[in-house]
Amino acid sequence: MIKNILKCFLVIVPVFLLSGCDLALFDPKGPVAEEAKSLIIISTLLMLIIILPVLFMIVYFPYKYRKNNKTEDYRPDWEHSTKIEIVVWTVPTLIVIALSYVTYVTSHSLDPRKPIVSDQEQMVIQVVAMDWKWLFIYPEQGIATVNEISIPVNTPIQFQITSDTVMNSFFIPRLGSQIYAMAGMENRVHLMASQEGTFRGVSANYSGFGFSGMKFKVHSVDNEGFANWVAKVKQSEQVLNSETLKQLQEKTKDHPIEYFSQVVDQQFEKLIEKYSGAKNVE
Amino acid sequence: MTTTADLQQQDQAHDHHHDTGGDTVFGFWIYIMSDCILFATLFATYAVMSTSFAGGITPKDLFDLNFVLGETALLLFSSFTFGMAMLYAHRKSMPGMITWLCITFALGVGFLAMELYEFHHFSTSGASPQTSGYWSAFYGLVATHGLHVTGGLIWMLVLFAHFKRDGFSKANMVRLACLSLFWHFLDVIWICVFSVVYLMGVL
Amino acid sequence: MSSKANIVTEPDIIFGKLTWDVIPFTDPVILPVMLACLLGGIGLFAFITKMGKWGYLWREWLTSVDHKRIGIMYMIVAVVMLVRGFSDALMMRAQQALATADEVGAGYLPPEHYDQIFTAHGTIMIFFVAMPLVIGLMNIVVPLQIGARDVAFPFLNSLSFWLFVVGALLVNISLFVGEFAATGWLAYPPLSGIEYSPWVGVDYWLWALQISGIGTLLTGVNFFVTILKMRAPGMRLMQMPVFTWTALCTNVLIVISFPILTVTLTLLTLDRYVGTHFFTNDLGGNQMMYVNLIWAWGHPEVYILILPAFGVFSEVTATFSRKRLFGYTSLVWATMAIMILSFVVWLHHFFTMGSGASVNAFFGIATMIISVPTGVKIFNWLFTMYKGRVEFSASMWWTLSFLFTFTIGGMTGVMLAIPAADFVLHNSLFLIAHFHNVIIGGAVFGYFAGFTYWFPKATGFMLDEKLGKLSCALWTVGFFVAFMPLYILGFNGMTRRLNYYDNPEWTMLLWVAAFGALIVLAGIVTQLYMGYVSIRDRDQNRDLTGDPWNARTLEWATSSPPPFYNFAKTPVIHDRDEHQYNKDRNTAYAVPESYEPIHMPRNTWCGIVMSGFALIMGFAMVWHIWWLAAFGFIGIFASVIIYSFERDKDYYVQVDEIEALEAAHLVHVNPQGLRAMQDKKSNLEA
Repeated sequence: MIKNILKCFLVIVPVFLLSGCDLALFDPKGPVAEEAKSLIIISTLLMLIIILPVLFMIVYFPYKYRKNNKTEDYRPDWEHSTKIEIVVWTVPTLIVIALSYVTYVTSHSLDPRKPIVSDQEQMVIQVVAMDWKWLFIYPEQGIATVNEISIPVNTPIQFQITSDTVMNSFFIPRLGSQIYAMAGMENRVHLMASQEGTFRGVSANYSGFGFSGMKFKVHSVDNEGFANWVAKVKQSEQVLNSETLKQLQEKTKDHPIEYFSQVVDQQFEKLIEKYSGAKNVE
Repeated sequence: MTTTADLQQQDQAHDHHHDTGGDTVFGFWIYIMSDCILFATLFATYAVMSTSFAGGITPKDLFDLNFVLGETALLLFSSFTFGMAMLYAHRKSMPGMITWLCITFALGVGFLAMELYEFHHFSTSGASPQTSGYWSAFYGLVATHGLHVTGGLIWMLVLFAHFKRDGFSKANMVRLACLSLFWHFLDVIWICVFSVVYLMGVL
Repeated sequence: MSSKANIVTEPDIIFGKLTWDVIPFTDPVILPVMLACLLGGIGLFAFITKMGKWGYLWREWLTSVDHKRIGIMYMIVAVVMLVRGFSDALMMRAQQALATADEVGAGYLPPEHYDQIFTAHGTIMIFFVAMPLVIGLMNIVVPLQIGARDVAFPFLNSLSFWLFVVGALLVNISLFVGEFAATGWLAYPPLSGIEYSPWVGVDYWLWALQISGIGTLLTGVNFFVTILKMRAPGMRLMQMPVFTWTALCTNVLIVISFPILTVTLTLLTLDRYVGTHFFTNDLGGNQMMYVNLIWAWGHPEVYILILPAFGVFSEVTATFSRKRLFGYTSLVWATMAIMILSFVVWLHHFFTMGSGASVNAFFGIATMIISVPTGVKIFNWLFTMYKGRVEFSASMWWTLSFLFTFTIGGMTGVMLAIPAADFVLHNSLFLIAHFHNVIIGGAVFGYFAGFTYWFPKATGFMLDEKLGKLSCALWTVGFFVAFMPLYILGFNGMTRRLNYYDNPEWTMLLWVAAFGALIVLAGIVTQLYMGYVSIRDRDQNRDLTGDPWNARTLEWATSSPPPFYNFAKTPVIHDRDEHQYNKDRNTAYAVPESYEPIHMPRNTWCGIVMSGFALIMGFAMVWHIWWLAAFGFIGIFASVIIYSFERDKDYYVQVDEIEALEAAHLVHVNPQGLRAMQDKKSNLEA
């Protein structure tokens, strides 16, 4: 039986690994995701130090001491061994200490709030989760978009994230860390793309009936490409003001990409203020 | 190690365990511990919400410490009177016990009446449970205590009937012991409410 | 089930929000299920009536306060709910396999329906399958293992069970009247608040959990007192069987954590019914507080589910290795360490909320520390087999499969405990694969092992071993085929709870996962068939000795099924493996000089009647029928007050009855002793 399980496992795992040779998390496009990938690999290897012998014992012990194997030693009253106890408490403890060190270091080095060190100047993108779409505001460029962003490659980006609805999670798998979007609060995550390309962005926290369609495209392009994209957005006839924002607040599913050439007032700050601020705000 | 005598004693206790009051009182203690956690959660909620006024009315504008001190005095004194009732119960004196329990009951009703008056006063002064996160938490915590007191009062009424029928039976003594635990526990919770909500609210 | 039908702006004074529109007569998925349930219900009712069994059912089962019968009823409800919850799983797997399309409407289930299904799946599997399996096993085993006549508060035990049934009923009623929550099984606000979920689904969720949760809390108090106060003389704490130890720790966790659930649900209820602002987006509400509170309950809940399974494995491994349990003391301390640590790790469920790096690191490291005592337990079971004589019975199959599966699940759990790794794995299918890996491979396999192991004790006949092993094999293979693809999909950035997706790369693996679910289905069908075959052939498979596995602990010293008073004479304990101790010294099944009358509690109507009122109240609250809710509420308290005035709550079992019952068992295990005693007695009479 155990052998069968093992056999299945040995066959299935490689098949899966082959089928997923460009898994998003193992094909990172930015330094944050890169670090997360090596963290996953290092922690797995550290644990395998103990997991592999255990898996071996799980198969070997019952096989060796099976009922019909009368040649083996049988000691029905043997129930304690200080040596074994010491080993089984210390080895896992040592591995956990090693993992704790890794955890402590990476919790700080990969803190979403920590700006990415780079010779390029940081760019800010404000993100608003809505029902069921993502609104992006580029305060420096004075433009806004829905469900699409473009970022210059190798430029650190500070995403300032809030929600105009329920809790969502802002996540671009190939760039790394996600963070919750919550109304009345600003969360931050710092990400950077080190390669050009188009990546998927999603909401990773269930937010209602339109949740599955709540995704966006991330275009990582060179500086020229970024300038062109901004120019393209600026050609849009739409302007983001309280009027158009109200339209966006309607519940919609699979919302199309939209561009806004101009942002009237500080809409991001106003949205946070709406929930956290004074009493009777519309 | 347990001696043989101990074993025999335990053995005897064991055969009658379904009506030994000890287990019931112990079980009630455990229930009170879990109730304690229920209140701890409400206190934690209150602490988190302690500044969530959303620009609305604050406790400083409304709290009247003298009034709450009156409420507190009623409840603390009712704990004392319950203690007196317990003393008479142990002496198997029915009139004494009933008298002191009646006083306890009256004090409890007085406390509740004051609390209800206060709630009415607050909500007509612009601080209802719907006003802001803070006031939701305030009513959530204080009213949960109030509901416990109400439950205690109803229990006391039922207990009067039990004593009227069966007198100082073993079961009734266990019931009385449990209610007494409950009543003192509510007192302790109220002291926490008084300190955390009212005293710190006017600071 | 559709959400549009039942938003009634002005609730009726008699019927509240209830109208004919809320019953989904036109839904092609629901209608057949509804008709089948209706016909099945009528059929069952007619059958019981025809057999004239209502009186028997009422007297012997529905009003029973016997812990063994209550345990069996928990098991039956759990199996029914497992079928319901697993149907949800199959529907989800089918939807995801079919739904490769970049727009809403893909697959066969619209989000409005699909989202209720995953919510119901999670809620049912945790609250109405795993919990009753745990509590059912504890009910059947714990009093027997500690040599008690019953639990400390038999009436409360009956009440706990029926309150749990009310919760399960409310969840099932929601399928046919109205709808269930579409918020995910933990119903995070503001999504679950009145503004974003104005329909009744969340209310069903709230009242079902609140009512059954109070039942669970009572169980916690009850078993805590039972284990601490009612152990047989001589049984010190460090002589309790490991299952009892894990049950004790689980009940401590219940008593500490369930009040937090009660409060959290109440606050959300107030937000929805009264308009308070605990968790709303505006006016000072704080959604993060809900997430903290629900996980402050939710993480201990995970250990409530798994610790008793660890207890089962300890008993099964020792019995079938024919050896004393290795490292009893460190197993007990490991259990207590897990119990305590389980309260300081809740934040690892939401590292991505944006707490500071140090806070995240603290909770991440605390989580990893739990893996040390857990790992120690695995070593203890391994070294129990070491130098033993391992017999591969069906319950041992479940145990070995558990060891293998759970070890892998533990590893992926530690990966998720590293905050920086969790930032990319959180809410992905990797997370789904992980917790199914530990809940199925850890807890559920444990319950099945325990179910197989103690089945003869509870019923008096054995389960079919071959079919048991086959179902274990199917479950194990099915589990790996269903969930290994989800790990990979998680690495590929697929998030949970998707109704459709635009990435065709995922489709193939989702089909594999759906196929795995079908293998698990085959496992469940095998189990149901096993139940049928075992009941059909029960006369060939009687357990006459009461000790079919040649086991070690006290519960095997009495007959199968045990007499309602468990032990004619309260045993005096000498050893951890008391029954083995006696068998080794030929002192097992000793025939006492004489019997004495036994004091027992009477069955009572009160638990089921109170719960009936609770059902009325819960249903009425869901539909805003205030007068009916008040009626139910008053009914609950009126019943318990009337019950408190009853005089005839207990009685003495007479010696004749005990002698007859004991003789029926002793004739199989100690005929000489029995004969000697009977001779002596007749001499005395002469």
